[in-house]
Amino acid sequence: MLPPDSLLTLTPEGLFCRAAQAWIDPWRPVPRALITHAHADHARPGCGEYWAVGSSEGILRERLGSGIRLLPVDYGQLHRIGDARVSFHSAGHVLGSAQIRIEASGESWLVSGDYKRCADPSCAPFEPVQADVLISEATFGLPIYRWQSGAAVAAEIVRWWRSAPDRPSLLLCYAFGKAQRVLAELAGLGVEEEVLLHGSVQRLMEPYRQAGVAMPPTRPLAELPRGESLAGRLVIAPPGAMRGRGLRGLAQAQSAFVSGWMAVRGARRRRGTGRGFVLSDHADWPGLLQTVRDSRARQVYVTHGQSSVLARYLREVEGLSAAPLEGAFEAERFEGDGEPP
Amino acid sequence: MNRFSALFSQLDGTTRTGAKLEALEHYFRSADPADAAWALALLLGKRRRRLITGRRLREICLQATGLPDWLFEACHSQVGDSAETVALLWQQARPSGLEAEPPQDAAANQASQVPLHQWMEQRLPRLAALQGEEQAAAVGVCWAALPADHLLLVNKLLTGGFRVGVSTGLVTRALARSADLEEALLAHRLMGGFEPSAEAFTTLLLPAEQGQELRTRPYPFFLASPLEPGQLEPTAPGSWQVEWKWDGIRGQLIHRKAGCSLWSRGEDLINDAFPELIALAAALPEATVLDGEVIIWRRGEPRPEPFASLQRRLGRKAPSAALQRECPACFIAYDLLEQGGEDLRELPLQQRRQRLETLHRQWLRSCGDGPLAGRLQLSGTEVLEHWSGLDDLRDQARSRSAEGLMLKALDSPYLVGRKRGFWWKHKLEPLRLDAVLLYAQAGSGRRANLYTDYSFGLWDGDPAGGGQLVTFAKAYSGLDDSEIRELDRWIRAHTTERFGPVRSVQPLQVFELAFEGLQRSRRHKCGIAVRFPRIARWRRDKPASEADSLASALALLEAQA
Repeated sequence: MLPPDSLLTLTPEGLFCRAAQAWIDPWRPVPRALITHAHADHARPGCGEYWAVGSSEGILRERLGSGIRLLPVDYGQLHRIGDARVSFHSAGHVLGSAQIRIEASGESWLVSGDYKRCADPSCAPFEPVQADVLISEATFGLPIYRWQSGAAVAAEIVRWWRSAPDRPSLLLCYAFGKAQRVLAELAGLGVEEEVLLHGSVQRLMEPYRQAGVAMPPTRPLAELPRGESLAGRLVIAPPGAMRGRGLRGLAQAQSAFVSGWMAVRGARRRRGTGRGFVLSDHADWPGLLQTVRDSRARQVYVTHGQSSVLARYLREVEGLSAAPLEGAFEAERFEGDGEPP
Repeated sequence: MNRFSALFSQLDGTTRTGAKLEALEHYFRSADPADAAWALALLLGKRRRRLITGRRLREICLQATGLPDWLFEACHSQVGDSAETVALLWQQARPSGLEAEPPQDAAANQASQVPLHQWMEQRLPRLAALQGEEQAAAVGVCWAALPADHLLLVNKLLTGGFRVGVSTGLVTRALARSADLEEALLAHRLMGGFEPSAEAFTTLLLPAEQGQELRTRPYPFFLASPLEPGQLEPTAPGSWQVEWKWDGIRGQLIHRKAGCSLWSRGEDLINDAFPELIALAAALPEATVLDGEVIIWRRGEPRPEPFASLQRRLGRKAPSAALQRECPACFIAYDLLEQGGEDLRELPLQQRRQRLETLHRQWLRSCGDGPLAGRLQLSGTEVLEHWSGLDDLRDQARSRSAEGLMLKALDSPYLVGRKRGFWWKHKLEPLRLDAVLLYAQAGSGRRANLYTDYSFGLWDGDPAGGGQLVTFAKAYSGLDDSEIRELDRWIRAHTTERFGPVRSVQPLQVFELAFEGLQRSRRHKCGIAVRFPRIARWRRDKPASEADSLASALALLEAQA
């Protein structure tokens, strides 16, 4: 638990900053919300005003309604909100994702949101930020998680796709973030062929195109003329689409799931999708440790997933003051349920 | 090892049977026989020898990486497998930067070039033979030289936990295709074990006419399928042989020149566990092979003993005379596969049955009232006039301590594996009770980190006051994937206590359990042992107070008798 008189406290609505009269990624409707990024477990509907990085505006409006009151900010810009000074810093997680730094009465706190440190051509790179107190996520807070570069994984995906010219290749990716990252990585490898998209991925393409992210040409699967062969085509759909309709013509497809969870064989076999590609938009173990070190924080709180494991490691091995932060941070996340990781 | 590792990735990376078959066939066609022999043995699951325990690998890994023990534990519970956890952690601890890639140097290249058979015959046994520091150092050197994908494989081979999702049937089919052989012939050649060597592999794949003498091996079992509705009606009841389906284990009893043997359906030689049946085989004419059921049946009793009695005999190397007296084994013969050295499998069942009956009569005369009396029985056949009487007949199974009925077409040959249409099994409807979820434990492998092993309780006393829930059965199967996930989330949110890997939960969820039978037991707290319990459905409509009681379980138990 956070001390009751600290700069940030935990209320039933979520992380609250009294000095700014604002909540960060609140779980319930509040008058003023500071949003780290547009994933559904961080940006929820019904708040009076939303502060978020400008490049996430398109997605936030697509998901929370076009009429929301949104105050777009730039990375690094310093804002005075109430008695606090607030700045948003790139988190490298998805388009427009931010870490939020709050400073008041001589103390600074950094809320990491979701973040990753490896290169991602679909969003701005992670920026190391210093603060007195760090609240970090720990979705993949175990030393078994360590990522290869996105380009290396994309090269594996291309090899897999090319190995099946006689059938479609169905790549299951979270609709917002992962799908566009994969597309951008493919473009980086020189892929120029049209990729087919499930409707829910298609809906989020426009903000990425507007942001100037280079991706291969795409087309909604539903717009493909009936009877046209899908052999050798790459189709990107969210994991949930396997159960629903809207994937016509894909009965014979080879399928693969793209997620950090795929690092573990049991998790992959449980999904029953065959191949798994290990690509995550969250920090891996070395990335989490590096971020804690870079922050030079004297106190670390850990949320999400492996919060108690990472906190214990920071205490016992790194000699830092660290504790898990309980609350409705989806204490235990699962592969394929909901949206991230 | 490169080729075998690639095969493993291919098999592991697809759920399509066709793709697996293709990958296997391609491998067998092109691999060196010395390697292919080992690959075959590993894929058939016949060489799962543990060379180094998972615990020892963990020790070596922690020593080399300096990671704390509790952190390994946390990783293990996420991964569900020691060999894999070690492989993942070792990669993590490799001395290198954030974006480190597996070693690409000459050593790694060399290590992955070492052929599979050298790993299996020399490298891995050598590691296993070392001890203490010397072993830790050697294992570390071995790991350091391996690329990431080989690391898991080598650890799996070391711990004897190598498994990949291919059935014996699929491997046999792929191998048969690769050598243009009949699948049934190859299945027969593989019966009774395969010792991996280049020579054995080459011999295995010789053309049919040059092949080895098959009469030294057991025959592949012919398996029945669950009866499908509507399959019998168009046929005459008289064209089927109707037998009881016994609750023992399937066995093949052999007397040949080379000796007597008893093989289980899992192709284990179980001579040692059943000396009286080996004595029985010796008393049969030479060159005889019987297919039948191994079961415990006391002389003079109208019914066999329940499966639990047989379990006391299974796996025993040398059962004591007292145990043999208390749980005497019996072989219920239902088919004659070989007589006078002649393979009878092509004959119609009717003819095999006539020969079997004659053989049994002769045996009865020869053994008289001697020590073997009662050890060989003939599977009785029932007469059915109309299909309308089928289920009534089946329902008598319980009072005979049988599991149901077998229906075998009188003109059926004895085929290999499961071929539908010739033999059907028609099992009793299971018994059912509604029980309350009390404890849950995470599974392993694909169920790692997911609460899938459940314990259920029944009411002892009045649910409304003074009554208690008593643990009654464990069940692992029956829910679909989405139900498993939903229940997993519910369990995490309703945990009352944790005992190591086990959580107790609020006693709120009711499940209908199905099972094959009940038996009194002193080993179980509730006094009842349950045979093959599984979840029939999630009774979301029922509050816990309406779950069944121990008294209703006892009533079912009495009714069976």
